[in-house]
Amino acid sequence: MRKSKQSPLTSTVLAASILAVAGWSTSARAEWKPTKTVEFIVPAGTGGGADQMARMIQGIIQKHNLMAEPLVVINKGGGAGAEGFLDVKGSKGDPNKLIITLSNLFTTPLATGVPFKWTDMTPVAMLALDEFVFWVNAKSPYQSASDYISAIKAGGPNKMKMGGTGSKQEDQIITAAIEQTTGVKMTYVPYKGGGDVAAQLVGQHITSSVNNPIEAVAQWRAGELRPLCVFDTQRLPYKEPIANGKAWSDIPTCKEAGLDIGYLMLRGVFMPPGATQEQVDYYVGVLQKVRETPEWKDFMKTGAFNTSFMTGKQFEDWLKKAEETHRSLMEKAGFVAKS
Amino acid sequence: MEALSSLIHGFAVLSDPMNILYMFIGIFLGVLIGVLPGLGGANGVAILLPLTFSMSPTSAIIMLSSIYWGALFGGAITSVLFNIPGEPWSVATTFDGYPLAQKGRAGAALTTAFTGSFLGAFVATLLLTFLAPLIAKFALQFGPAEFFAVYLLTFCSFVGMGKESPFKVISSMMLGFALAAVGLDTVTGQLRMTFGTVELLRGFDFLVAVIGLFGVGEILLTMEEGLAFKGKTAKINPKVVLETWAELPRYWVTAVRGAMVGCWMGITPGGATPASFMSYGLAKRFSRNGARFGTGEVEGVLAPETAAHAAGTSALLPMLTLGIPGSPTAAVLLGGLLIWGLQPGPLLFVEQRDFVWGLIASIYMGNIAGLIVVLTTVPLFAAILRIPFSIIAPVIIVICAVGAYTVHNALLDISIMLIFGVLGYVFKKLHYPLAPLVLALVLGDMAESSFRQAMLVSQGSLTIFWSNPLVGSIVTLALVMLSWPVISLFLQKLRSPRKPDAPVVAG
Repeated sequence: MRKSKQSPLTSTVLAASILAVAGWSTSARAEWKPTKTVEFIVPAGTGGGADQMARMIQGIIQKHNLMAEPLVVINKGGGAGAEGFLDVKGSKGDPNKLIITLSNLFTTPLATGVPFKWTDMTPVAMLALDEFVFWVNAKSPYQSASDYISAIKAGGPNKMKMGGTGSKQEDQIITAAIEQTTGVKMTYVPYKGGGDVAAQLVGQHITSSVNNPIEAVAQWRAGELRPLCVFDTQRLPYKEPIANGKAWSDIPTCKEAGLDIGYLMLRGVFMPPGATQEQVDYYVGVLQKVRETPEWKDFMKTGAFNTSFMTGKQFEDWLKKAEETHRSLMEKAGFVAKS
Repeated sequence: MEALSSLIHGFAVLSDPMNILYMFIGIFLGVLIGVLPGLGGANGVAILLPLTFSMSPTSAIIMLSSIYWGALFGGAITSVLFNIPGEPWSVATTFDGYPLAQKGRAGAALTTAFTGSFLGAFVATLLLTFLAPLIAKFALQFGPAEFFAVYLLTFCSFVGMGKESPFKVISSMMLGFALAAVGLDTVTGQLRMTFGTVELLRGFDFLVAVIGLFGVGEILLTMEEGLAFKGKTAKINPKVVLETWAELPRYWVTAVRGAMVGCWMGITPGGATPASFMSYGLAKRFSRNGARFGTGEVEGVLAPETAAHAAGTSALLPMLTLGIPGSPTAAVLLGGLLIWGLQPGPLLFVEQRDFVWGLIASIYMGNIAGLIVVLTTVPLFAAILRIPFSIIAPVIIVICAVGAYTVHNALLDISIMLIFGVLGYVFKKLHYPLAPLVLALVLGDMAESSFRQAMLVSQGSLTIFWSNPLVGSIVTLALVMLSWPVISLFLQKLRSPRKPDAPVVAG
């Protein structure tokens, strides 16, 4: 799975360049600040998870006055986000541009062959990780993940219908992983957004979904949907009761339920290539302040996010590993574009 | 009744003077956003969303939804005056609105558009007030097959009735489908017809195409025909509002039909744009004036506007009760709800009474306020047509270019707009209809993806379109609509074989 011989080299080069930049900047001394309006690019449409988070950040920055120059959110969602990523890749050295990422940072280049990867940009910080939960309709007889898995196996190929957002992206990757574990094919139906998927599951047009917590929580509280398990290595930390006295922390992990699959979606921030360490540090500082606001904390709780925060080397290592995981998952599922 | 007492509670929430102030600010900004093509309601709301964080959720949603109402009203203005639809749902308004303006009746067209909008919204709000929980359940019955059936119905009610030759209609529509297919295919995740270019990744945006086809195309035509607005003889008289109102009751059937189509499309959630097309198509087919549609009929403005506004309003219902946005703007508002810490969904009506009923009350108030604001401006806007063409034309081109750029912040879109402008000019010259192209472009990819989703679900069997009474009746209705010219011809022959002046509807 891992062919890591090239990564030490990359990081050495990076470290060297960071050192060089640092040496240069100590002589300049004055702290860097954006000089004009900062564009915050969302490589997805309006109203989705990444868009919500970007606008949340914009609102918090504005309300608490965390930046001197304004920050504007711009959606560039064409070609499963390729439009936004290519824009940032092509804006080398522009320090007044940021981009928030979804899993399409990894999936879009693999699935479509559009030429970009995370190393074409400057990583700033991981803001949070979005969890995935296995959902079924509350009226269905499946009380646990193992019930549903037995039903998948008993029903035979294409009997069970999994709804998800987009094609060859995170939802379908998880579906493929489930298929590989159970050995039975499911019918994957792609929809435009997570809200659509949750509603289609409530209307029983599909039999299950792997919605993010924030996309399905309202339907769970209303007793329409039932969570089976969470695709993470440990249970969610949120102990407040949500529905029927159950909390996020009561949902077993899929591994506990015999489905050894883990998947988390990156919500991170990047800059165009060629950004200096000072510029990166400035944005890391702003984002850290954002994370400390009560609004952000509430938002994390509502969406049951994994609040991991990473920067620098740690973040880069995480990205390398995540890229490999995606490549291997997508190769196994046959989602990689032939070029 | 419980709904009534809740509504009164809602008006009490609204009586806070700050909320009223926010409402008027919202309406005003909305009209402005609606007038500027490209800067759609969704963009407008998205831009202003972060500004509302420091307000209470109730005030915030009142202001943002007022922007939405304002934009719904404002979209009609440029459609009527310059043939430039400010919003996707006002494309159908240009079909008769612009010819009316050219006849010197811009004031009548605007008044009709605004009044129709108001009526549509009012009916939809009544629905929202009294039937919300019931209707929310109904929307859940819509799976991919049902969505496709609704899109099919839209196409069928609009096509098969033009005066142009069927071949021209079909080629125009196919071009629209081809353009709609450019970009990412959501079902397979593959890129289509981008030819390896970055700029084509996002596909052809409907608004950019429409600004070019209608706005720029019209300027080119006018330049050829003598550099003058035909509508410059427009009477500018405040009484035009009252005169038009006196005329409107004649078309009550069209208005009721438009409101029904709109509510249906908003809830399902097909959205305001298909609703406006469907309503126009139906009005053209079933009205006694049907044959004269497209030459400047007041009824042809009333039909799409009523439906668009009814749909725009009822689109809030699935958003509030299910968390599914019925329109792009509703999607942004939905994001707003989450940010303010409210969870849209079945429990919102129970847990957030102040918020929900404050919002519903604000729809009533917002639409009344909006109607007053826009009606007072009718003479003002109509007067714009008196400005000499050589002065106003460059201004229009600039507004078009800014609008096309704003949609995606992409410079190439301006060139695409110009190309579409030439295309629109050529189409007009060769008497090809533009409407089928536009309809295919806006609904093509939605119809395609719901069809393919349905095929995935049914494992490739077409019987899914008759698998339950709901989808079966919509599909059957659509097919009847499509073959209506043949059917009506047959019926006429059957009834009165020798009636010489029977209107013949060409396929």
